[in-house]
Amino acid sequence: MKDKKMEKIPFERPLIQKINAGLPSKYGMIRRPEPIEDIEGISVESLLNEYGSPLFILSEKMLRKTYQEAYRAFSSRYPKVQFAWSYKTNYLNAVCKIFHQEGSWAEVVSGFEYEKALANGVPGSKIIFNGPFKSREDLKKAVENDSLIHIDHFDELYELLDLAENLEKRPKAAIRVNMDTGIYPQWDRFGFNYENGEAWDALNRIMISKQIDLLGLHTHIGTYMMTVQAYEKAAMKLADLAIGLERKYKHTIKYIDMGGGFASKNTLKGAYYPGSDTAPSFDDFAEAIVSALMKSEFKPDHLPLLILETGRALVDDAGWLAGRVVANKRLADGRRATIIDAGVNLLFTSFWYDHDIRPAKQLSDQTEDTTIYGPLCMNIDIIRDHIQFPLLKKGDPYVIRRVGAYNNTQWLQFITLRPRVVLIDPKGKSHIIRDGETLETLNRCEHLPEHLN
Amino acid sequence: MKLKKNIAISETGFVFDPTTGDSYTLNPVGMEILSLLKEGLELEAISARILEKYDVEKGVLERYLYDFLGLLKQYQLVEEDDEN
Repeated sequence: MKDKKMEKIPFERPLIQKINAGLPSKYGMIRRPEPIEDIEGISVESLLNEYGSPLFILSEKMLRKTYQEAYRAFSSRYPKVQFAWSYKTNYLNAVCKIFHQEGSWAEVVSGFEYEKALANGVPGSKIIFNGPFKSREDLKKAVENDSLIHIDHFDELYELLDLAENLEKRPKAAIRVNMDTGIYPQWDRFGFNYENGEAWDALNRIMISKQIDLLGLHTHIGTYMMTVQAYEKAAMKLADLAIGLERKYKHTIKYIDMGGGFASKNTLKGAYYPGSDTAPSFDDFAEAIVSALMKSEFKPDHLPLLILETGRALVDDAGWLAGRVVANKRLADGRRATIIDAGVNLLFTSFWYDHDIRPAKQLSDQTEDTTIYGPLCMNIDIIRDHIQFPLLKKGDPYVIRRVGAYNNTQWLQFITLRPRVVLIDPKGKSHIIRDGETLETLNRCEHLPEHLN
Repeated sequence: MKLKKNIAISETGFVFDPTTGDSYTLNPVGMEILSLLKEGLELEAISARILEKYDVEKGVLERYLYDFLGLLKQYQLVEEDDEN
């Protein structure tokens, strides 16, 4: 029998930290990030072992819960509410299908997204076609499918009028309106301007042509909006246009589309307070929009349908990016640098958020001022500039919270391949919803001229 | 490598450098290493003591030990041996 070894003490990296008498915080926020050991009941370690690292993880339960919260906020204040899922925010088919099952229409901004929505089983009449570029073919298809075409500029309006003359169906359309809502920067690149009368020019042109069914008015005032008053102003101005149409042409529009842009709980770079404290709730947005519509001259029994296209606020919280630490090193000034296996090519949002990154197991009470780098051979590959982070070593798992919006659509195949995405269903079972890329995935699109073979 | 003579270490892991007026905190392993340095032990001996007591592989310890000593140099808490 072997001698029983003396029980050894668990080892923690030796650490020395200078005490800085910095600016005191009256809030005394915790500086040590608590670990996230599991997601919807499954341990992060086991997910990484099963599906590889790095890995995007989405929660179906969270997607549905957030949608229902948002819907309830509006439907409890207004009789006719319709959400349209913003495909560009996350167009993984599984995510789209979940929102469609919950009752969302589709909101698309390109011919590709339009095809995706049709392939996901969304009826043409429940697809809103936004965006500044729709090809003639796209427009034709949208007219034939009775989709709601949101006209962005006069060139598109004339293209649509031209099509209407040659097609049997009448286009169903809305105009996109941009306006001053008191925020800076003012978004004036989408649609027709309200203040300078361009929106009215477009409406007059449509009404006089008698070739287009003008069903609605749309606006998209901005993104990551932290003030609800801007929506109130936008709703008032759209209502004003609608009432004007009624007076001038006796034309009643069917819907007002307030677009998207609700802030999520992520923290913007340079923000003093965390996003979880500053982002308005769905109730705040709903109250502002609905109260403006109710105060307008709409007759109570002829209220238009209220459409919302919020994307970010519905999906951000339901996504995580997990992975492992690749290495640690010291920078020239003595600060710690930790390199992780996911870079800015996968986490596009790290350019504008201070992402909430956590260890995925309880490791150490000690933290150190750390810069977190991705694995790319690029100086810009920084996930967090400065963060008080525990002492993770090579191979230790980490989790980044709130990555559901824009990352699975804006990610780049650059230097590394894009990894798997899994969805955890409400019963706690995990499913691969997008395969990880391989060399084969990329080579499939390439051709070698014969003389190079 | 030796700890500067005037560096004060408290039992609870605080370090004070009277030359600069800077204070530092240590975690328990850091505290142990600094104490061994103060006793005048060489790196190899320090490494052996830690390996004996803690659950850590030699290669891993070596990396962290050098990293730690690098920080001590950065903070100017140690002086190089004369022959260097």
